[in-house]
Amino acid sequence: MVEVQLRVNGTAHRLELDPRVSLLDALREHLGLTGTKKGCNQGACGACTVLVDGERITACLALAVQYGGREITTIEGVAHPLQQAFVRTDGFQCGYCTSGQICSALGMLAEVEAGAPSAVTEHLAEPAVALTDAEIRERMSGNLCRCGAYNGITDAIRETAGVPS
Amino acid sequence: MRPFAYVSAPDVDTAVRAIAEQPGAKLLGGGTNLVDLMRQDVERPTTVVDISSVPLTGVDELPDGGLRIGALVRNSHLAAHPLVRTRFPVLAQALLSGASGQLRNMATVGGNLLQRTRCLYFVDGAAACNKREPGSGCDAIGGFHRGNAVLGTSEHCVATHPSDMAVALAALDAVVEAQSVRGTRRIPLVELHRLPGDTPHLETVLDADELITAVEVPASAVAATSRYRKVRDRASFAFALVSVAAALDVEDGAVSAVRVALGGVAPKPWRAYEAERVLTGAPATEESFRAAAEAELADASGLPGNDFKIELARRTIVATLRQLRVEGGAA
Repeated sequence: MVEVQLRVNGTAHRLELDPRVSLLDALREHLGLTGTKKGCNQGACGACTVLVDGERITACLALAVQYGGREITTIEGVAHPLQQAFVRTDGFQCGYCTSGQICSALGMLAEVEAGAPSAVTEHLAEPAVALTDAEIRERMSGNLCRCGAYNGITDAIRETAGVPS
Repeated sequence: MRPFAYVSAPDVDTAVRAIAEQPGAKLLGGGTNLVDLMRQDVERPTTVVDISSVPLTGVDELPDGGLRIGALVRNSHLAAHPLVRTRFPVLAQALLSGASGQLRNMATVGGNLLQRTRCLYFVDGAAACNKREPGSGCDAIGGFHRGNAVLGTSEHCVATHPSDMAVALAALDAVVEAQSVRGTRRIPLVELHRLPGDTPHLETVLDADELITAVEVPASAVAATSRYRKVRDRASFAFALVSVAAALDVEDGAVSAVRVALGGVAPKPWRAYEAERVLTGAPATEESFRAAAEAELADASGLPGNDFKIELARRTIVATLRQLRVEGGAA
């Protein structure tokens, strides 16, 4: 067992963990924070997306012992207008992917704010990126929605970013 | 997942000592490939040496204008770096075309180079795979091999190296720095990965106790006019069927400098020296681009399910060079 101090949503938790425990399982099974979902458990679906020091990662491929002392934010620690926007635009149906979509979108909007380019950004040398629908879709490709609510998700993100459609 | 001993290494010295002392140890960076393969029982380290907090995270400008990139720089951070975007746009584009936003925030430069193939049979414990279990055979050759290689293969293995980043680094003459308890050495990136031959389980020239500490990209004028073009089954978050990293300078209508490397088609990032030889000094025309592509793929050999890649690779080389000629680079 390995001792690790996880800081989640502003609260520190001291845990004794088998090093095999993923950050996802530590959140869900050890801390009872079940808002973060387990989908594929192999980094392909994005349902387990959380923020670490403000950056989005898939918690299923992270070993919990690697993330001691980092600032982890799960959906339980998020209160953001993007959530209202998802409701308004029908950005979900069953809701299973939604917490991952929201955490991923918040991380993504911070990346755009910092001027980070994407694979569809035409001129990489330009320091700022215009958040077109093509940019939103490319940047959110790590989050699958089996209900197919992608149009609503794109609308919610665009509205929240203050981009006219 | 099998149990393992966990060692958190705060610095390079601790890490290289730990892997030297523990045969069967594996280095853990971002975890995006290793954790997945451990869960699938393909990787079975007895000790995991966690290097994710070792401070190899700098992207530093070299005196000549090149870059020294720490092995633990995250893929997303490297892609967003202003000097990468302006001087080596092919590298930024290659990084950004790989995986997803979340995975690029986790994946490291060193781990990206050492990631394992995505051949379907490599990760299927019930299948024969000479890479996973030497001598067991290759189920890909008679099976589903749409994603597999057409260059540099052997009768024992047709797996591809899946990295996008490494393809750009191959085109850019990058050099890998590796450290062990015996010291530090530098390896040209194009010599880091081996072809499978009859030992497909040996994938690189690194010793088991060596740690990649940095990648250096030398200054290059032609790199400013460069692009990465990736062809895949869906628009995003998929491995390449074929990809091309290229840089092109034209003077008075003739090719004055050119770099080409291919991804998705070979067991290693494939530097297209033959295409470069044909192109250098030739008129920068569609005909020259096609001739270069033909020359590079002359020895390609496909299987029934993936021989389409040979013509796809030729056309993608031509399309990338044409785009560089007409529109310039991606910066």
